[in-house]
Amino acid sequence: MPAVSKGDGMRGLAVFISDIRNCKSKEAEIKRINKELANIRSKFKGDKALDGYSKKKYVCKLLFIFLLGHDIDFGHMEAVNLLSSNRYTEKQIGYLFISVLVNSNSELIRLINNAIKNDLASRNPTFMGLALHCIANVGSREMAEAFAGEIPKILVAGDTMDSVKQSAALCLLRLYRTSPDLVPMGDWTSRVVHLLNDQHLGVVTAATSLITTLAQKNPEEFKTSVSLAVSRLSRIVTSASTDLQDYTYYFVPAPWLSVKLLRLLQCYPPPEDPAVRGRLTECLETILNKAQEPPKSKKVQHSNAKNAVLFEAISLIIHHDSEPNLLVRACNQLGQFLQHRETNLRYLALESMCTLASSEFSHEAVKTHIETVINALKTERDVSVRQRAVDLLYAMCDRSNAQQIVAEMLNYLETADYSIREEIVLKVAILAEKYAVDYTWYVDTILNLIRIAGDYVSEEVWYRVIQIVINRDDVQGYAAKTVFEALQAPACHENLVKVGGYILGEFGNLIAGDPRSSPLIQFNLLHSKFHLCSVPTRALLLSTYIKFVNLFPEIKTTIQDVLRSDSQLKNADVELQQRAVEYLRLSTIASTDILATVLEEMPPFPERESSILAKLKKKKGPGTVTDLEEIKKERSSDMNGSAEPASVNASAVSTPSPSADLLGLGAAPLANSAPPPSSSGSLLVDVFSDSPSAVAPLAPGSDDNFARFVCKNNGVLFENQLLQIGLKSEFRQNLGRMFIFYGNKTSTQFLNFTPTVICSDDLQSSLNLQTKPVDPTVDGGAQVQQVVNIECVSDFMEAPILNIQFRYGGTFQNLSVKLPITLNKFFQPTEMSSQDFFQRWKQLSNPKQEVQNIFKAKHPMDAEITKAKIIGFGSALLEEVDPNPANFVGAGIIHTKTTQIGCLLRLEPNLQAQVSV
Amino acid sequence: MRFMLLFSRQGKLRLQKWYLATADKDKKKMVRELMQVVLARKPKMCSFLEWRDLKVVYKRYASLYFCCAIEGQDNELITLELIHRYVELLDKYFGSVCELDIIFNFEKAYFILDEFVMGGEIQDTSKKSVLKAIEQADLLQEVRNPPKRPLWTPIDL
Repeated sequence: MPAVSKGDGMRGLAVFISDIRNCKSKEAEIKRINKELANIRSKFKGDKALDGYSKKKYVCKLLFIFLLGHDIDFGHMEAVNLLSSNRYTEKQIGYLFISVLVNSNSELIRLINNAIKNDLASRNPTFMGLALHCIANVGSREMAEAFAGEIPKILVAGDTMDSVKQSAALCLLRLYRTSPDLVPMGDWTSRVVHLLNDQHLGVVTAATSLITTLAQKNPEEFKTSVSLAVSRLSRIVTSASTDLQDYTYYFVPAPWLSVKLLRLLQCYPPPEDPAVRGRLTECLETILNKAQEPPKSKKVQHSNAKNAVLFEAISLIIHHDSEPNLLVRACNQLGQFLQHRETNLRYLALESMCTLASSEFSHEAVKTHIETVINALKTERDVSVRQRAVDLLYAMCDRSNAQQIVAEMLNYLETADYSIREEIVLKVAILAEKYAVDYTWYVDTILNLIRIAGDYVSEEVWYRVIQIVINRDDVQGYAAKTVFEALQAPACHENLVKVGGYILGEFGNLIAGDPRSSPLIQFNLLHSKFHLCSVPTRALLLSTYIKFVNLFPEIKTTIQDVLRSDSQLKNADVELQQRAVEYLRLSTIASTDILATVLEEMPPFPERESSILAKLKKKKGPGTVTDLEEIKKERSSDMNGSAEPASVNASAVSTPSPSADLLGLGAAPLANSAPPPSSSGSLLVDVFSDSPSAVAPLAPGSDDNFARFVCKNNGVLFENQLLQIGLKSEFRQNLGRMFIFYGNKTSTQFLNFTPTVICSDDLQSSLNLQTKPVDPTVDGGAQVQQVVNIECVSDFMEAPILNIQFRYGGTFQNLSVKLPITLNKFFQPTEMSSQDFFQRWKQLSNPKQEVQNIFKAKHPMDAEITKAKIIGFGSALLEEVDPNPANFVGAGIIHTKTTQIGCLLRLEPNLQAQVSV
Repeated sequence: MRFMLLFSRQGKLRLQKWYLATADKDKKKMVRELMQVVLARKPKMCSFLEWRDLKVVYKRYASLYFCCAIEGQDNELITLELIHRYVELLDKYFGSVCELDIIFNFEKAYFILDEFVMGGEIQDTSKKSVLKAIEQADLLQEVRNPPKRPLWTPIDL
């Protein structure tokens, strides 16, 4: 029961609100609202002019209805009328309505802007305040266009009242956030910096927020703010708790301002001037010292405010990363918090320590808290705290403690919340690989992962274990033995069947000498799982069987019997049926030599060669984990345009179906580089006659052209003696349009000319392509055009395939080229300061968020060409961001329908070695 | 700060303030999602959580949840105290504020928040300055419309 209704009570409004609250059902509420809306509508339309009070009351009722979640489509004009009232409360309600129900009607906007202009010019501080609040609340581009020039003047004018200055500063900040291009830098900037010296702490607080935002993008312009901020901070931290009067909060002097000043300083490196630097160090020491003093109040507000400043100071210490003494003190302080009774502090300490772990000065100090963190993982009751503990364990992991940390994470995984299992699985997989000295440990760890949390083991993880086993001779026998044993379990996860099937298919021979794992036993073991598995796994097992035919000729007939059974040969699934038919034929007609060639052991995978597109794909989700080694290693990305993951698919048993071939690990088959599929494809054509409807293998050489299109949009995609294919394309945000030009280079007609754009199943869900059919006849010398409309729904890695079939002089022509629609086409450049860039860079340390690639440059490295490539790639080229001028830095945002993904890249060329790191 | 929400234990939204232009449809979705997450949390859990690409800081006062969404770099603890200071301001203005005050005087709750936070940043941390601004506004009342006390019917919360 509210005892007071201050200001002017609007009785009608109160009654209406009571009515709504008394409604027993949603229906009754809607009925009451409709009645009220009808009433208001009739009042607004009525002949009798409404007085200001009534107008205010009805506008307020509309606002209430809107805030309940109903749509309001009228009343804007009445609200605008209120703006020009000279009664404060009427004006105030008018502005509130406008701010909440922003309308894009241009006539209305003109009227609103007029009212705002009048109020800004009124020199009445309360009216000016209302107008500034409205601009900030709406914050639209139109508002910025109208007022971004005016507000800086108000802000720095000598006669502006303090309260208006505060509003002007924050209003400008808001406009700068939405439309930085419309806020002109100029003389006012230096005067804004001097507001840090203002007597009024409220003004300083607002100005500090503004300066921080501006300095992030224009560090040079606001450099002088550093020394001013340091001296202001110093005065605050050394003041007695009563000095600042109303700005002291529960005995903590100006905590908000302190936090903001510390935040501003994080836009800059440590001050160069030794005096300023010394003073700042003193401040930071004082803040750390105060944390040890007994509290001045038992209230949680006191400790929260004090610790807010402390955590911000620690952030600054970590950001500077230059004072070992301070870093270690910060670490010790956080260590105390790790065992604090306040959950909030334990959470923040874990979070903050994560970043501390990435500093070489404090990494060791962080490691000393390992037992506490492991304990937190086991005992914390709040999943968000446990999540922080996992992050910290990941961040503090190095060669010395990897075994312990991985073991603890595996332990925790058994009971971990479902929401964080996948992330833990990834982290374990990464740590196990990164710090594996002994690869048998690695294999055991991954198999454990599959055993404990098989559902959360993504494809990348099990692909990776197979890649590693294939690349390391020393672990293959052990891997075969271990998977064989693991498969003995009566119920094992399908992912284990996949890994087991693959590894035994490659290396089953290494354990076949043991009678307990003879070829037949291996086969029977795998086949006992077959019927419980999904289609892709069964397809993989069929490939394993054909590999067994080569490895173990003695069980060939057993396998042929299985392949020959109706359940295989007549399987309803096309893929399975086709494999069964092909493998059976292959095993029957091919000589042992051919079999041995076709089914040869997989060649090693190229080490660590994942593409930049993979990085983009993985750069999702929040990341708060930082990793020392990753940062110190200086990450970077592949820029030379080799966009496709170079997976190796030397197995000749590729199928003409566009669905994924499981033997082509790590990449869908159509995204393969040209040579392996064409050789394997042609082999297939030799053995089995190709059906005319099948999609042709990729045309040789088309990949080179494809790579060129990664950084450009127009040009010739393909050319042979008959046909030329040209492209023109444009992309905007997540949409694009591509014109494909087919030129008949001969003097004879092409008949039945049918170009088709094919997306794999995976790709279909992330890329919407619409094509219009083209005329089936292309005259000699003529060119036809086809339009493809493109919508990027979510991130993707493969490229669609353009298949073209036509008849030329009686012969059937069938060719395929990759269509250069790559994720970077939806990339929009973003400018950012060095500060900003590296802050974000450091945040991106989640394993799914970064990719480093060291590669030998294929072309001479010319700075200008490289720059052009980075821009062509779609990101903004950020100059003077990287401390090393030889490095290239880019940033951008990938636009998809579902989400937008920020993306940063660095290229560090090593000219002597002709290598880019 | 990206936005601030006030909602009741029953999941009724009492106040919403957005500091970044957001489509109405997205707002509704975000509010629904976030209320669900926060209401599902047990007492004594920590006041911070990661949500989408934001950090959420929340605190419960009697029947009301105050919930702020901030960005990665922002300070959680000071945001928690920002919530507390806002509650103090409401309390001082209404005198022992309760949920009903905010329901029936929602426009005042918005005005006080506007005086305190603007564009997602704190405007003035001094309780006095903020309240002075509000009370000054109240003094600008016209005599023509003397404050009328509504006849309240008691409503159980």
